[in-house]
Amino acid sequence: MSATTATAAVNASAAVLDVRSVSMNFGGLRALNEVDLQVRQGEIVALIGPNGAGKTTFFNCITGIYVPTEGEVRVTPRDGRTVTVNGMKASEVTTLGMSRTFQNIRLFPTMSVLENVMIGRHCRTRAGILGALLRDPRTRAEEQRIVEESYELLKSVNLHQHYQDQARNLPYGAQRRLEIARALATNPFLLCLDEPAAGMNPQETLELKELVLEIRERHELSVLLIEHDMSMVMSLSDRIYVMEYGSKIAEGTPEEVSRNPRVIKAYLGEESHA
Amino acid sequence: MQGLKKSILVSLWFMFLTFPLMVIRIDSLNGTIDWRWENMLGMGAGIFVLSFVWRFMLARKEAGRAAAAGGAMSARGAWFERLRSDPKAAVPAMALIFAVFLALPWVFSTYQTNIMISALLYVMLGLGLNIVVGLSGQLVLGYVAFYAVGAYAYAILNSNFGLGFWAVLPIGGAMAALFGILLGFPVLRLRGDYLAIVTLGFGEIIRLVLENWSSFSQGPSGIANIERPGLFGMQLSVNEATTYIYYLILAAVIVTIVAVTRLKNSRIGRAWQALREDEIACQAMGIDITTTKLTAFALGACWAGFAGVIFAAKTTFINPASFTFLESAMVLAMVVLGGMGSVIGVSVGALVLILLPEYLRAFSEYRMLIFGATMVLMMVFRPQGLVSPGRTKYNVPGADGVGADAARPAAGGNA
Ligand SMILES: Nc1ncnc2c1ncn2[C@@H]1O[C@H](COP(=O)(O)OP(=O)(O)O)[C@@H](O)[C@H]1O
Ligand SMILES: [Mg+2]
Repeated sequence: MSATTATAAVNASAAVLDVRSVSMNFGGLRALNEVDLQVRQGEIVALIGPNGAGKTTFFNCITGIYVPTEGEVRVTPRDGRTVTVNGMKASEVTTLGMSRTFQNIRLFPTMSVLENVMIGRHCRTRAGILGALLRDPRTRAEEQRIVEESYELLKSVNLHQHYQDQARNLPYGAQRRLEIARALATNPFLLCLDEPAAGMNPQETLELKELVLEIRERHELSVLLIEHDMSMVMSLSDRIYVMEYGSKIAEGTPEEVSRNPRVIKAYLGEESHA
Repeated sequence: MQGLKKSILVSLWFMFLTFPLMVIRIDSLNGTIDWRWENMLGMGAGIFVLSFVWRFMLARKEAGRAAAAGGAMSARGAWFERLRSDPKAAVPAMALIFAVFLALPWVFSTYQTNIMISALLYVMLGLGLNIVVGLSGQLVLGYVAFYAVGAYAYAILNSNFGLGFWAVLPIGGAMAALFGILLGFPVLRLRGDYLAIVTLGFGEIIRLVLENWSSFSQGPSGIANIERPGLFGMQLSVNEATTYIYYLILAAVIVTIVAVTRLKNSRIGRAWQALREDEIACQAMGIDITTTKLTAFALGACWAGFAGVIFAAKTTFINPASFTFLESAMVLAMVVLGGMGSVIGVSVGALVLILLPEYLRAFSEYRMLIFGATMVLMMVFRPQGLVSPGRTKYNVPGADGVGADAARPAAGGNA
């Protein structure tokens, strides 16, 4: 934990994701209301809030699935230049280096586990139609590299034994880990996880927590995390943002947030009912 | 017994439904009505038995599915899988099939060879449509339009400018690919039913233009006297020309099979499949769905263009009647019956759908009836088609053998 804080402090100025007063309207519904959020290099930032608060909508806005109605989303990839991404296609945002998983798992169900990860390598590889048809040495070498890199990623989420299985035949927790491996395959600087522990048992949740920490070290990336499991959020995050009804109501370290009366009322209070 | 009761009800219902057709016959000469009650009895008994067969098959299918989920494979599936995945079995099998196809024109009459040529043309069309429908999951119903583009490209360039077959073959493919992209742009945002309807309209537009723009395409009377493909300037008799075209289309089919298989197992092919499985996830994984869709459309159309050029060269006469919606539907049926995404399946599907009706001339009156019934039966009992797509083998270092076997119990247990 202390090492984590140190990393964050060193790079305090380098925000890899800088979201400024982003709003999103669906017809008359204001799902996001002027939300600000920053993720700095190497940080694990959690975004929490009751169901329907707009967390997933926020993810969709910053990853190019939706175009925000107002506001600005700026990212700073590893090469150091700062890019405004709202209005970009989702595929372009991912290519810049922001990758995500989905709350309601979206794997490629009838493709194999390995192929799912290989898809993630798409935006980092080049082979075109001609290469596919001719199978020249360069294409073959690239293809083999994709296979090996993808298999390594499967090892790191402990799914390598299932690499030939269809993705849809995996148990639920394994599917969530496969989504993480697939997102990692795009070589991101920022990994956005939408409720990765949903549907996992306590043991799996614990392993997931270890996995996230390990990924951050190994791939030197930052993590933006939506999660309902409070023990996971509190122990994992460097900073926490709290949303309710589309607006940000608090931000700070886990201690600060857990002492914030508005948060206790809005979120932790509701949690005790559930 | 539950089943008995159900069957009796079903057979009663059918007897009632077919009553006016099977039982009543009006004898208009004598002004009397024949009551053919014996037909009704036959109908009832037949349906009674059939409904038992039907339920038995359904039960077997359910049992098969349960077995598959548990990791076991039926014996019939096993030998086919082995044939496909084990090179020791696959290579001789392929050599044998190849030898048979090579020998065909020497065994067959010219008439039969001609049938084989059109069957192989459909294999090519099926494999091309398989790129669009089977691999990238875009339901295109006007596929025959691209076939027409290829055929008319050859016919017009040949009769107006004297261009030969080999010169037009790439041009026809490129023209069709261009039309594929032209169709692709407006339908980029459409999916499923909407895409199907728009592409169906596109196919009809192309046909209607060809039918009505007489100065360009000579309308419904078509274009005749198209040159056959040349063989180093030799004069070939009709029989020889047929044999030559047969080998030409055979070569084209082999090239197509190799090309489609390679595409399927490439980076682009994987992107197509990802697009088919989940468009949102596909985008979120950094795949530009615009270019991915357009390449699928272009390549699928390109193959129809090639096939069209060969078709025009084979028949030496084309008119818009060869490019109706029925053709599109047939090609789609081949892809679906054969097994979407499976190269072997689509090839077999095309051969079966073209050759069976030819060799079952005796039943030609019932052709559409049998066709329809087969479709319904297939969709009920084997919706994935005759052959499900084979799994790509990857050379994974350090994973020798752990894969399928080690993983299966875990996957099965949680399925
Ligand atoms: N595509 C959409 N169209 C209309 N309303 C939407 C759409 N997506 C989300 N919403 C609405 O936005 C609100 C926030 O949803 P969401 O972001 O999924 O919440 P969370 O992920 O925090 O549970 C909800 O009221 C939801 O119904
Ligand atoms: Mg959500």
